[in-house]
Formats: sequence, C-alpha cells, structure tokens
Amino acid sequence: MSAPEPAPATPTIVLVGHGMVGQRFLEALADHKVTETARVVVFCEEPRPAYDRVQLTSYFSGRTAEDLSLAEDGFMVRHGIELRLGDPAESIDRAARTVTSRSGLTVGYDTLVLATGSYPFVPPMPGKDSDGCFVYRTIEDLLAIEEYAKNCASGTVVGGGLLGLEAAGALKGLGLTTHIVEFHPRLMALQVDEGGGAALRRTVEDMGLIVHTGVGGKEITADGTGAVTSMALSDGSSIDTDLVIFSAGVRPRDQLARDCGLEVGERGGIAVDERCRTSDPAVYAIGECALAADGRVYGLVAPGYEMAEVAAGAIAGAATDGFTGADTSTKLKLLGVDVASFGDAHGTADGCLDVVYSDARAGVYKKLVVGADGTLLGGVLVGDAEAYGMLRPLTGSVPPVAPEQLVLPAGLGAPAALGPSALPDEAVICNCHNVTKGAIRAAVTEHGCTTVPEVKKCTKAGTGCGSCVKALTSLVNDELEASGVSVDKGLCGCFGYTRAELYEIVRTLRITSYAQLLDSHGRDGARQGDGCEVCKPAVGSIIASLAPTLGASGYVLDGEQAALQDTNDHFLANLQRNGSYSIVPRIPGGEITPEKLIVIGEVARDFGLYTKITGGQRIDLFGARVDQLPRIWARLVDAGFESGHAYGKALRTVKSCVGQTWCRYGVQDSVRMAIDLELRYRGLRSPHKLKSAVSGCARECAEARGKDFGVIATASGWNLYVGGNGGADPRHADLLAQDLDDEQLIRLIDRFLMFYIRTADRLERTSAWLERIEGGLDHVRDVVVDDTLGLCAELEAMMADHVAGYRDEWAETLDDPERLRRFVSFVNAPDAPDPTVKFVPERDQVKPDLTVLSGPAIPVRTLEGTASR
Amino acid sequence: MTTAPERTAVRVELLVDQRWFAICDLTDLIPGRGVAALLPDGTQVAAFVDRAGRPYAIDNRDPFTGAYVLSRGLVGSAQGRPFVASPLLKQRFDLETGRCLDDETVTVQAYAARVRDVAPARGVARGRDVASARDVAPARVA
Repeated sequence: MSAPEPAPATPTIVLVGHGMVGQRFLEALADHKVTETARVVVFCEEPRPAYDRVQLTSYFSGRTAEDLSLAEDGFMVRHGIELRLGDPAESIDRAARTVTSRSGLTVGYDTLVLATGSYPFVPPMPGKDSDGCFVYRTIEDLLAIEEYAKNCASGTVVGGGLLGLEAAGALKGLGLTTHIVEFHPRLMALQVDEGGGAALRRTVEDMGLIVHTGVGGKEITADGTGAVTSMALSDGSSIDTDLVIFSAGVRPRDQLARDCGLEVGERGGIAVDERCRTSDPAVYAIGECALAADGRVYGLVAPGYEMAEVAAGAIAGAATDGFTGADTSTKLKLLGVDVASFGDAHGTADGCLDVVYSDARAGVYKKLVVGADGTLLGGVLVGDAEAYGMLRPLTGSVPPVAPEQLVLPAGLGAPAALGPSALPDEAVICNCHNVTKGAIRAAVTEHGCTTVPEVKKCTKAGTGCGSCVKALTSLVNDELEASGVSVDKGLCGCFGYTRAELYEIVRTLRITSYAQLLDSHGRDGARQGDGCEVCKPAVGSIIASLAPTLGASGYVLDGEQAALQDTNDHFLANLQRNGSYSIVPRIPGGEITPEKLIVIGEVARDFGLYTKITGGQRIDLFGARVDQLPRIWARLVDAGFESGHAYGKALRTVKSCVGQTWCRYGVQDSVRMAIDLELRYRGLRSPHKLKSAVSGCARECAEARGKDFGVIATASGWNLYVGGNGGADPRHADLLAQDLDDEQLIRLIDRFLMFYIRTADRLERTSAWLERIEGGLDHVRDVVVDDTLGLCAELEAMMADHVAGYRDEWAETLDDPERLRRFVSFVNAPDAPDPTVKFVPERDQVKPDLTVLSGPAIPVRTLEGTASR
Repeated sequence: MTTAPERTAVRVELLVDQRWFAICDLTDLIPGRGVAALLPDGTQVAAFVDRAGRPYAIDNRDPFTGAYVLSRGLVGSAQGRPFVASPLLKQRFDLETGRCLDDETVTVQAYAARVRDVAPARGVARGRDVASARDVAPARVA
C-alpha cells in the first residue's frame, strides 16, 4: 500500500449513506457550523435524498415520496454539501484515507462517517429468489410491490414483527388476501408479551388478515415462468400466494467496514465507542450499522439520531455526552391498532410485579411493570395507547397515583389532571427528537413562541412520528395561559364564542333567529346592534344546518335568514367582478345526458353567457344580470336541473371517474356512488364549502384524496379518506376506514360531516379542522367510527333530517312571487337592466367590459321618467 | 307606536339636490340588506334599513372595484355606527358618512334618508319622521 496522501487544505468529511440518521448527522454538522469550514461529501445508494423510512407505509395511503422527504429545500446547497445520489461507496482505503464510489469517483477524507443502515434479513429458503419475492425497506421496494401486486390475489409476509405488520397492512390495502407467517409463538414478540400478542392477534384477525404463528416458511414454489405460487410451512401445511415479502428482521450493513478491516461485532455491527468512533479514530459509525458501546445494535431511529448528534459533536470538538445506550420505547399504529412498549416491557428486573388490564372484547391489553418500591419500570399497551405519552416520561419514577389507576379505561382511571402538566421538566416529551418538557416550556417562555406550529419549528418536537403532538399541544397551551397570553377565540367583534360554541348554543337552546342569538349571547357592546358581515353568514349557516332538526325553515331566502346571507346566497348565484353573476346547475357525479347538455348550451346562447367547464365536472355560465337569473333558472328547472350550490358554503360536487362500468381497471361503480353521495348531501350547509370525489380503483383518476371526503374503490368495497384539500395549501386526505360496504360508507360519511359541521370554526375546511382539533384524525375516528362519545346516533339522525328536508332552492324561489321580487337591478325601475353590466367579445364568447367600471361614476340618463315617482 | 291606517304607505326618501325624493316603499327593504335605486339623473344609490328601521343611502359604486354592487353588501354595526361591507372585497363603509372604515383615504357619497308615512288615497302626506335626527343631511364628502 502506498504512503498516505497529504490531506487536502480544506478538511474533508465523507458521509457514506444518506438515510434518516445520515441526514440528522448533516443537520447536526450544520448546527455546529462545521459545514462552513469543511468540505462535506455524501454518497447515497438510493436515487433520492433521505426520507422518513418510519412512515414508509404511509406511501400507500397517499403520502408521496416528496411528503416523506426529510431534507428541507435548499439544505444541501445552503451548506455547500455535495450529495451524490445513486452512487454508493464501494470501497474504503484507510491507509490512503480515500473512499471510492460505484461511479469510480475517489474522494480523500480527513473524517469518514459510516451511516449505511441495515439490510433486510432474507431467510435461506429455497425459492426465495422467485419473481414476486420482495423485501420492505425502501420506496423503490414499495413501488415494485405496488406494481407487482396489480396482478395478484394473495400475498404472504414472512415475519410478524413491527415491519412485518406494516407490510401486511400495505398488502391488505392493495386489496390482497394477506397471510402473516411468524416463527415466534406471538406477533411482535420483541415488543409485547404473551397477553399483548394475543390481543393484537385477535384484532389483526378481525381485520381479515390470516395469522400463522409458531411456524416458519420452508420452501417457496414457483410456476414455469418463475413466479411465486405457494409457500410450504414448517408444520407441513402450505399457503397459496402470489407474492412474498420478507420482513424477518434486519442486519447491520457492515460489509464496507469488514472489507477495510474495521472491527465488527461477532453478530455484526461496526464496533464503536461512546463517541461513535470505530477502531480507526478517523472513522465513525452511526445508526443501525453500528454496534454501540453497550454492545447493542439499535434498530430504531431515535437512538440513531442520538448517535448522529454525538458523532457530529465529537467531530466539531464540542463537549457533548457520549452515547451509552438508549431507550427503545416505541409507540406505533399498526394496521390501525395502537401498540406501545416502553422501559422494561418484559419485566426482567428482580422482584418486579405486573399490573394488567385486559379487555379481550375490545382488543385492549395494558400491562405495567412496577418495581418493589412502586417505581414504574415499563409496560406494554395494545389497542389503546392513549396513556403512552404520560407513562413513558413517568418511567423510572414512582407515579403520583396508584399504577392500577393508570391502566383503567378513560373515565375509570386517573383523573384527567394527570396530564403532561404533572410531568417533571426533564421528562422527554418527544422521543424522536429527544425534546424535554423543559425545552418545550422554554420555547414559549424564552423564545416567544405562541402557537404549536411555532413550538414545533423551534424545538423539532412533534415532527417525527407525531405521537406526542397531543401532549405538546396541551403543554404549550398551559404555558401560554400561565404567561398570561390570552387569545380571543371569539368569532368576531359581535360574538365572544367560537362557531362550534355558537352551534351548541343554537342547538341546545333551539334558537332560530340571529337577532335573538345576538341579543342573548353577543358581546356586551354588540347586543341590540346589527351584527357584522362575519357573524351573520356564519350564524345563518348554523341555523340552516340545524333547521331540519329545530323544525325551522331551512330555506335561505326566508324571513330574517334572508338578511344574513352573503350576496351569493341571497341571489343563489356567484357574484363576479363586474357585478354580474354566474350560474352552476348541479350535475351529480359529472354524469349528464346529451339532452341536458343541449339545454345548457341553448340557455347560454340565448342569454349570451360565457361558458366554462369547472374543475368539479360541471358547467359554469357567466355574465347573468340579477334580473335575468329567474328567467334563466326557469328554463333550467324545466329541463330537470337543480341548484348546484356553487354559491354556498355547502356541498359543491362529488366528482367521479367512469368506474367499473366502462374502465378496464375499475373495481366498483364509482359513478353510481358519486351520484348517490351528491344527491344525499346536496344543499347541506357547512362551515365552509365541501368537495368530494369517488374513484373506481386505486389509480385514483377522480383525485378523491384532494377532497374533504374522498372515496376510493377496493376489490372488497370502499376506502374513505377525509380532510383533503387542493388550493393554496394542498393536503392529501387521510384514510379514515377501509373496505366498507355501501351502507357502512354512507353511515360513516353522515357521521363525519355532521361532526365536522358541529365542531369546525367559521370558514375552516375539513383539512384545517382535522389538523386543529385535539387528537386529530385519531380523535375523529374515535368519535365517528368507534362512537366513544356516544354521538353517532344523533349525528346520523341529523343527517337523516337533512336528507328528508332537502328542497331545491331555485324551484322554490321560482314558485314564490314574493321571493322573486328581489331579483331586480333597481327597486324603483324593476324592468331596467343595469347599464354598468356590459360585455365585450373574447375568443368567440363574452368577457366583462371593465372600462364601464373605471373612472368616475357614469350617470345613466335614459331612465329619468321611471325613476322619479 | 300606533298602527298605521290600512291604506297608509311608508316611503323611503332621500335628500337629493335639497329635495326629498322617494325611491321605494319601506316594505321593499329587508332589515340588514340593501336595494339599488336610480336617481333622476341616472345615478345609482344603495339604500338600506337597519334592524331598528332607520334608513340609510350611499353610492352604489364600490370604489375599490368600480362595480355597482354596494347595495348587495351586508349591513352591520361597530361601536354603535352602522356600516355596509362590500360584497366583493369586504371593505366596510360607514352608512352615515360614506367613509371607508378600512382605508381612510376613500369615501363614497352618503345621502340623508328618512321614512315617511303617506296616505295616497287622501292625497295628504302625513309626515312622521322615524329618525328625525337623520333628516339633517350629513356633510357631503366628495
């Protein structure tokens, strides 16, 4: 070997591996300002920068690769880091201090950091290399599984641990009959005990997954083309399967280190000291590839992050604590089941005792391990891990209440007061980023954060797995309150109540008039006044939503209601910039007959309207004067059209793809479902507009996940997604429930919408609502799926009232001469058109003539006689 | 208040060029909402009546967009003063002075307004100023 080359003038740090831990290492280097003075080169095997592998499965529920990305935009450029994607390091020359990559690039280093992670262990099983055998580790693996599964009816996951259950959930989501084969006698053997495993198994089986425990895969059989057809098990039985995922654990990826003679552990892992330094002081190893000083290889991200911080600190010469071992507590939602384990979950300490609560019917199992002196040592929670956020920080201390109080169901257990406020400052709230309660409090008291998002940004708490957000929110609010920051949550200058509070007031006191509500519940100075443009439509909407239930008229142009509506609701059309209105007839599901299309065309032609296809699969007719609206609608109603409520905070459209009837990929009749839903919820007044869509297969052509409630067909029914949004702040909808039949789907949407209407703020879309309300999606699921508040019957009854009470607003308006009186441009010249609403041609249609509107007012001289009475 | 005789009509009148000019019946107005009306010279005005039955009138033209739409805004009150919020971009205008509450450099014309009982059958107008204080025309602001 040649003599070492002299180190380059600028110190060079080479990082091998850009996974979650690698990225965290780079961030820590930047925090220590090392990137300002050193050259940093990163070799990454995968074709994309670091992403959140923990949330990998959420890729199947619609999170995109971009959503999962960890490096913020511009991070690499800002810190001058050279990231080489798709170019893994292939060899290390420690004597020359160089790394050579697959593309042939050789880079000299002063410090080398290995963050190569781990690889999935594939048992040595005959047939394991057949087509249709996969591992579950990267986005590329997922893409390959998704593609292959399109032609599969069934799949098998080898391994019933944490990742195995995730993989099984993904296969089930793809519509496959799914088997889980686990060698241990129970699922998640590492994390949960026998009781927890049994509870987990029951719940998993109730979801339709087939669990085989205590057996191993023996051989995989393939057909003539080399594709998997079945798997023989060690007990002599066999499973027919088209696809196999190996998820039987991971092994540290230490080959590079072995090849260059670094010390590795007997069972793998690059041996490091407390500062994450290998047997070569110029080389560090962090994350899952490292064998930590305590003799363990950690397969969790939190210890990996800690090692990244330690290594970066050591390289920067900062005085930081070493890495001597980590807490392996976890809380996960697997297949929709909460599973958590923390501390000494298996009760290995001398003299420890178990406190167990088990409800096999509800699939809940909780065990706490308590030391002889009452110290909480650890525990296992399955089916209800609500208490995890409180229990984990209490581990190692004697809890302030008896342990049995801590495992009983809500209401029977510890008083609510034992929340995060009872924890000591050193308690770690966010385990992913190791953020203590004290740091969160300091974010408010010292760094001036006043909202949860600000605290998240400041401390990183809650930005990992998200399981601590509830505790975080409660801490931030407590701290804000303690600092005397009081945020007026009132609706407007007239009401000190929120929209949700006003909804409850109207509902329980059966108030059907705005004036009555203002005079009884308005702010002091606002009572007896005229309200404002903010609360009037909001209260009008609440009364309209509740009208069928209160027995009041839901017709928005009736009596006092008429004075509450924005102009769009008042004229049942959409005001445009020149004072003209646009008209959108309802076209349920986007399905329309040629005859009706012709009517729309004829009406537009006869009234000179500009026509445009909307994003919601309807047709918008622009340029109508107020006085033309009744005549236009008379023709539309005559042809069988109804109001499309494009003007209201109400259900707009339910888009659909063409579905199973025509499409070769479709698995359900999406058009029929879209029409059913649109007709059911038409006219429903809500805090903001509501959009929906139904897709007939997982290709999602109807873009249902961009909607407030979206439905996607599966081979066995429908998946319901909620809280999606397009617009300025796009958000993919979250999966609320899977594989529903028609009746279950509609019942769930009924409950969801009514719960939203009841609790949302004014002009708060479902996406913002879902992110704001305490407990988020989990809470909504608790309420509308599991009925934990006992509200579902009432929510369903309210929707039934709405459906029964629906009437077409335009048909009603045309039938009532009194209501038609308001559709005039001028009260004292009912036959005169508004001369300021003018149009000029553009692309064979019309557009507003804005020159009429510019400059000083233009007097109209032709109507003197009419106007002078 | 006494009940008006059967054949009495209540008119909404505006002070235009020193004369009271009737634009509509009070029943044409819904409290909290407005209507547009034409003056003899073709000018468009927006007339409103508040919850207490007091009438107001300002220009119908929204100075921010140029559109003739202020009559379609919602009426409200803040610190005891009545306003209308433009239906387009929601700026508020004081109904007594025409001053924009969101931009003090902008003002629309305000008109004095009153309601008046008339008995057309007898041809005698019986004045009944519902809001006599408002019979005085407010300072006109350009």
